[in-house]
Amino acid sequence: MKTRKLTIPYIIWMLVFTMIPIVMIGITAFTDKSGNFSLANFQSAFHYSGVFTKSLLIALISTAICLVVAYPLAYMMTRMKKSTQNTVIMLIMIPMWMNFLLRIYAWVILLQKNGPIDSALSMLGIHGTYIGNTAAVIAGMVYEYLPFMVLPIYTVMSKIDNGLIEAAQDLGSNNAAVFGKVVFPLSIPGIISGITMVFVPSASTFLVSQYLGGTDDIMIGDVIDKIFWTDQNTGSAISLVMMVFIFIFLVIMNLFGDEEAIA
Amino acid sequence: MTKKKGGVFTKFYIALILIFLYSPIAVMIITSFNKGKTVVWKGFSLKWYGELFKDKAILGALVNTLTIALLASFFATILGTMAAIGINNFRGKKRAVIQNVSNIPIISPDIVMGVSLMLLFAFLGNIFNFEMGYVTVLISHICFCVPFVVLNVIPRLRRMDQSIYDAALDLGCNQFQAFFKVVIHELMPGIISGFLMSFTYSLDDFIITHFTQGAKFQNLSTEIYAMLRRKIPPTINALSTLLFVTIIIIMIIINVRDRREEKRNSGR
Repeated sequence: MKTRKLTIPYIIWMLVFTMIPIVMIGITAFTDKSGNFSLANFQSAFHYSGVFTKSLLIALISTAICLVVAYPLAYMMTRMKKSTQNTVIMLIMIPMWMNFLLRIYAWVILLQKNGPIDSALSMLGIHGTYIGNTAAVIAGMVYEYLPFMVLPIYTVMSKIDNGLIEAAQDLGSNNAAVFGKVVFPLSIPGIISGITMVFVPSASTFLVSQYLGGTDDIMIGDVIDKIFWTDQNTGSAISLVMMVFIFIFLVIMNLFGDEEAIA
Repeated sequence: MTKKKGGVFTKFYIALILIFLYSPIAVMIITSFNKGKTVVWKGFSLKWYGELFKDKAILGALVNTLTIALLASFFATILGTMAAIGINNFRGKKRAVIQNVSNIPIISPDIVMGVSLMLLFAFLGNIFNFEMGYVTVLISHICFCVPFVVLNVIPRLRRMDQSIYDAALDLGCNQFQAFFKVVIHELMPGIISGFLMSFTYSLDDFIITHFTQGAKFQNLSTEIYAMLRRKIPPTINALSTLLFVTIIIIMIIINVRDRREEKRNSGR
């Protein structure tokens, strides 16, 4: 019982370096430069509502693409030999260990003017620009975060008891029914944590859109980064609004999870 | 018959995904050997590697990245393991509160953690008269690493048989001996995976370091960011290639070791 004391350093740590900083964001967001209460920061944050919408849209599309690509992959992986599964998992993880910035920069090289894609398509007589648009940003996001979708879904799916699947087959289910009634419902927790792990960073990250997007592809993370160095009050207000959005998203995702678990 | 069809489709699908994942890296590696300054091929050359090794800033940043990752995961592992053991003895509401607070750094976006820590350090810096740098980056990295350790150790504690701890006490160990001789062995897999997760996240971090680094400190990510701003990409390609090769070598070593261990275990 004495071991409860072991949490004391941790609780102090979390208080000082996690809770207090978040409270400080709240205070800074509701005060002006001289420290008086003010709502003006939220007024200036409101100017960026277009950026908010665009960020959420890009994050939603990227998350949806990741899910559509990753789900079949995870399913296929669970049906392979165990040693092959491990190899595929490793191959999916390796790019994640390259630096975050290098992964985006690799896409800049790939898509830039006279880059490999541009020159290959030019030879076929197709000319165009492939960088500096929303599609390139989404491609970069999917590239950054696809493994975060694959891993949780795969982990949950590979833990499904084979006996359940066999039982369903014995009771006369065909493959589609086994999938629809057994595998899919049991994989929902994996889907939910995958969506969370992709959506949260892709809605809030910066640099991806700076490197791959056009001038109107600024995301909310880029705005925070740009503003915070000069105007911490507005920066905090924007961060706070973003946190609220993400919190609402997480709550909705959790509701889905619970409902499905009961049903 | 359907199974065989599925097999071909599976291979095709996985191949497509691997092409998607690796073609940007492949292009980067090829470009690193290009004599020219852009992607247009001008002939084979190793000159960007030469430039890279002349760049003292990158080597310094590499050392910073590695020491921060090691120190941060070390401290996070100690703090997190202690916390997990303590949390495991709480019940009900108190436990739920502590665990939810533990999750805050994981679910809150990196950028929010970054700016919030920056506010804190700027505030404390004004009072105690210090500047952001190595230590503030280290503290920030410990912050986002600790929850991974807690999350990895708690399941091991739940699975652990409480009676082995009691047995150690009955056999004359004091609490510390019981912990270091018995309990820690049971927790080791969780502690190690918590440490490794912390280490990888710390190596890869850009956003939180960006906000807490101050004026002089650079790690690899922020150094690359600065290089991209100065528009000197060819050396970056060489750097990426070397990093990629290092990762591949480490993975192969780990894999070979695992295989050997598997063989040894199955031989027994």
